[in-house]
Amino acid sequence: MTHTALETRALCKSFGALTVADQIDFRLETGIRHALIGPNGAGKTTFVNMLTGRLAPSSGQVLLDGGDVTRLSQEARVKRGLGRTFQINTLFRGMTVLDNVALGVAERQRVGGRPWRPASAYAHVRDEAVDLLRTFGLETDARRRVVDLPYGKQRLVEIAIALGLQPTVLLLDEPAAGVPSLESGRILDALAQLPAHIAIMIIEHDMDLVFRFAQRITVLVQGQVLREGPPAEIADDPRVHQAYLGERRG
Amino acid sequence: MSETGYAASPRIRWTEWLPWLAGVAVFFLLPEYLLFGARILTYILFALSLDLIVGYAGIITLGHSAFFGAGAYVAGILAAKVKLTDPIVLLVAATVAAGVLGVTTGAVILRTRGLTQLMLTLAIAALCLEVANKATPITGGADGLSGVTIAPIFGLFRFDLFGKTAYLLCLVTLLAGWWLVRRLIYSPFGATLTGIRENSDRMHAIGAPVYRRLLAVYTISAMIAGVAGALSTETNQFVGLNVLGFEPSGELLVMLILGGVGRLYGAFVGPVVFLIAQDALAKQFPQFWYLGIGLMLVLVVLFARGGLLGLADALAARVRRSV
Repeated sequence: MTHTALETRALCKSFGALTVADQIDFRLETGIRHALIGPNGAGKTTFVNMLTGRLAPSSGQVLLDGGDVTRLSQEARVKRGLGRTFQINTLFRGMTVLDNVALGVAERQRVGGRPWRPASAYAHVRDEAVDLLRTFGLETDARRRVVDLPYGKQRLVEIAIALGLQPTVLLLDEPAAGVPSLESGRILDALAQLPAHIAIMIIEHDMDLVFRFAQRITVLVQGQVLREGPPAEIADDPRVHQAYLGERRG
Repeated sequence: MSETGYAASPRIRWTEWLPWLAGVAVFFLLPEYLLFGARILTYILFALSLDLIVGYAGIITLGHSAFFGAGAYVAGILAAKVKLTDPIVLLVAATVAAGVLGVTTGAVILRTRGLTQLMLTLAIAALCLEVANKATPITGGADGLSGVTIAPIFGLFRFDLFGKTAYLLCLVTLLAGWWLVRRLIYSPFGATLTGIRENSDRMHAIGAPVYRRLLAVYTISAMIAGVAGALSTETNQFVGLNVLGFEPSGELLVMLILGGVGRLYGAFVGPVVFLIAQDALAKQFPQFWYLGIGLMLVLVVLFARGGLLGLADALAARVRRSV
């Protein structure tokens, strides 16, 4: 029996007369790779922001592991296992690669607020951060400032930060956006290596990546779910073609 | 720039002892300047408290004098009106009072960001100024609070006319404040503050209680500023309205920018340069001394974005490259 890691019920969001999320019912099963696709302005990032608590929905519910988290803060949702990456790099730009990842690890290990001993004395935080960087092939960049890395590597740091939270649900907002095609292979490799028990929802425009990675796909158009199903069904659905894929797959 | 974070060594480097050597040297070599020296040390402590929130946590404020003033007035009122004259007790009382003011005002202003935050800090400083101005029976109003007498420290060291005792008290208190701030910025808590400054959205996304952390650092900073205020009262045995309001807050920010923001030692360099320049310029050009300060600030902002310490870093790096 599958278990639902994340669910929304009739989730709505309006800005005045503009409805950007309209009765979205969505289920993310444990350990699944699920893609959320849709044309620009379909409301994908708004949807993610409502899932993480960055944006309050106008109505509807968000459930994490069966519990209602609609009114919980971002922090509380992270503590319950919800991790995310951002569409545009949202890194700690002036800090080292190591510290970018260590900050998240420290929060998860509940030492982020310790004011007295030096941060370097928390070897378990640093070691875990270094291990994470190693899995992404970034260990030699640990001491570099994150802004000095090439963009593709910055995208990897973005994922590494989220993984440091040991999430059970991971929301990836366009992990390969803006990455040169030569480097996007590395992103895909990194995604393929993510722990199997994590439920992953990925927003992505690169259809090759989506169809290689996803086990299920939800198509969002104008704030509404147009279709949901396995990749083969989505690829054959004429409505999806018309709304979105047609532009790209011809 | 002092590197902090999870890979940084918290060991004290030899250069970090220089300010203290200089502090002790001044005591022995320039005995006629000790009152002025005590004033500089007080401002360094005040600037240090500002650097903690502006430089590390990225909170923008033009109202930091509220806490300095609160500390100064609480110490002054207790000494002049309640006859509580023990200098250490006064420092503790000022710390508590400034801390209470910090946590209550911080609870409001830290819910906002950017310009709104800046305006709120200004408003709070203005409110404090007006309270001190109107509560004449307690604060002395525009005439200032006189009649402040301070007992000898531990019953042994009397506050003298030349500022010997005051200077040493300021130096020791600054050492304690520096040690505290340094520990904070090297700790995981300090790393979080830098994280919040760099990207508060991301801090939320990694599950950090951003607001709580900001409130904690704001309160600590207020407490340190309160101690600086009390030191100023104990040194001068007088409190004037000029400890409150926009002007001292603005001047303090100028000092910090001169020295270098978010560098710990910028808070040392800035007040030294600013106050000595102010003293020298005011003697030479009594009417135009502010012009000199302004010119200095313009030059630093144009050519040394990291302040004088940033400039020194850049020059040192250039020398290292050319060797």
